[in-house]
Amino acid sequence: MKQPQSVLAKTISTPVILIALLVVIAILTALFGSGSFARTVTEIFIRVAFVVGLYIFIGNSGVISFGHAGFMCIGAYAAAWFTVPPMMKKVLLPGLPEIVSNAQLPFLGSLVLSSFLAALVALLVGLIMMRLAGIAASIATFAFLAVINTVYANWESVTAATSSVVGIPMVTGVWTSLFGASAAILIAYFYSISRWGLALRAARDEDIAASASGVDIYRQRLISFVISAFVCGMSGVLYAHYLGVVNPDAFYLGITFISLSMFVVGGMSSLSGAVLGVVIISAIIQILRWFEKGIDIGGLTLELPNGIQEIAIGVVMIVILVFRPAGLLGKREVLLKGWPFKRRTAD
Amino acid sequence: MTAVLQILFDALAVGSIYALGALGIALIFGVMRLVNFAHGDYIAFCVFAMLVPSTDVVAIVLIGKLPAILLIPIILLIGAVISVLSEMLVFRHLRNANPATMMICSFALGFVIQHVLLMFYSSRPKAINLWSNLSLPVEIFGARIPLLQLLTIIITFVILVALMWFLKRTRYGLEMRAAAEDFTMARMLGVRANRVIMTAFAVSGLLAASIGLILATQTGVADIRMGMPIMLVAFVATVIGGLGSLPGAVICGLLIGAASVLLQVFLPLDARPFRDAFLYSAVILCLLWRPDGIFAPRSAKQRV
Repeated sequence: MKQPQSVLAKTISTPVILIALLVVIAILTALFGSGSFARTVTEIFIRVAFVVGLYIFIGNSGVISFGHAGFMCIGAYAAAWFTVPPMMKKVLLPGLPEIVSNAQLPFLGSLVLSSFLAALVALLVGLIMMRLAGIAASIATFAFLAVINTVYANWESVTAATSSVVGIPMVTGVWTSLFGASAAILIAYFYSISRWGLALRAARDEDIAASASGVDIYRQRLISFVISAFVCGMSGVLYAHYLGVVNPDAFYLGITFISLSMFVVGGMSSLSGAVLGVVIISAIIQILRWFEKGIDIGGLTLELPNGIQEIAIGVVMIVILVFRPAGLLGKREVLLKGWPFKRRTAD
Repeated sequence: MTAVLQILFDALAVGSIYALGALGIALIFGVMRLVNFAHGDYIAFCVFAMLVPSTDVVAIVLIGKLPAILLIPIILLIGAVISVLSEMLVFRHLRNANPATMMICSFALGFVIQHVLLMFYSSRPKAINLWSNLSLPVEIFGARIPLLQLLTIIITFVILVALMWFLKRTRYGLEMRAAAEDFTMARMLGVRANRVIMTAFAVSGLLAASIGLILATQTGVADIRMGMPIMLVAFVATVIGGLGSLPGAVICGLLIGAASVLLQVFLPLDARPFRDAFLYSAVILCLLWRPDGIFAPRSAKQRV
């Protein structure tokens, strides 16, 4: 009689395949891509980290959140507070507390600290908001995003209001963002196979049965909200270090909706769906952009008029969802059965 | 006294636009559980439909030059048509999809509409001149109120009464209310699903068009993103009103409008830029107090 395989052994291939896919993209970029292509890939990896953060909460709880761009905003601004040279900060952001405005942390320190700040805010907000379920919770998260945006866009002395904060070291490249995206995937994977993730998914599918079986739904939602905020905050830090400037409007409705779309098109209840949704949609966008610039095919130059790219991507998303309402992957994960251990004999 | 009256009219005028938007969203949510994010883009589409495609700053008005008696019905019709078309082309194929999928599709549709407008009109906001004499003030009990504000309130009131009559007194209205209450049951009793849904979309498009007309006259600007903020507030109003409750949507639309005007007036000067933060915090509190919405219909309660 064989020991049944552990969940870890059965499913570990999923994050491995996903990370391998990203590594392959990164290597191909490093070998063949131009500088601007490398920037595009960096942006895609940051987006992967953000959408995986969304998956941790939305995918496992089934509650749509419009608020996670707020955590990205918190992370990005915290990165600015911790890494902009003190001289500049004293002029630009005079309202910062002494201890912050004198500090200048290295990238990794700012990454961890800023992500923790996002998670801390999620804990405080989540204590209140996770009591809600369904569409009420969605609206509450949207209200949270609006509050964050209003505060960051108007708090002159701490966030420079609507003018951008400049001077953030631009250290995020392809490899840094690859590291971030992979870390996000691993966090999401280990969370989703943990007892917390399992309990929350049970509550997502059958809330009454789950709470009858002893799942504290409020507590589980809160845990997942905090972890996902940590990951989204991290993607915000990466983004700040990629652009070198932060501006509150970069973290508002635009990024919320496009990221949610990628997530839903990929498959809302699947980690692979989150990653592949971003990669596939971003790839289509990039190909359309090339067509807009003009492509030579057998001596003929094919050139699409400007603006077609956005229209096409909207149509593509609608078509995908019409034919696959649960997203490209639905609830499935990419998986090598039996890998890396021997395939279990049929029993 | 006049100051109070002034604030009252401001609050009512802002609130009416939100109420009309919330009604448009609640109608469709009621019959098919769809949060239609494209609603804001219908508004912009209707406004741009009056202009000749160009990238100039000052818009060349095409059908906007028509006399009001022709212009208003045409724009309303355009609103209804684009709304019904989006139902036929997109949402009809998603009848059994989950709400999140439908929501993302509606967002993608709005994205497409927005960028089609962008291609023809460029992203720069355009000045349009539509019935500018309506912004002249009139005097009511000593308060000076722009004529348009008064008109907005009256028009909203008329639309609400007309809609109420439609819902309570006509067969289509009855079917729609039945469908909003319990869609499956209504179908079993012989209500045609597609017809009800199309009617809901048509009415919702009419409402979007009337918001477009009011906004264009009020601000004198045509902007591709002009519908978005209204749509968002309307969406919030619909939810705190109790999804599926039409009176709830209207009342909460008015309430949010009133609250934003009151906060603008009474907040201390330093806190005024943060008005929306206060407003949305109030929304969260409201949701905690009544998660199903203030006027949730009894059918919204889930039975185990």
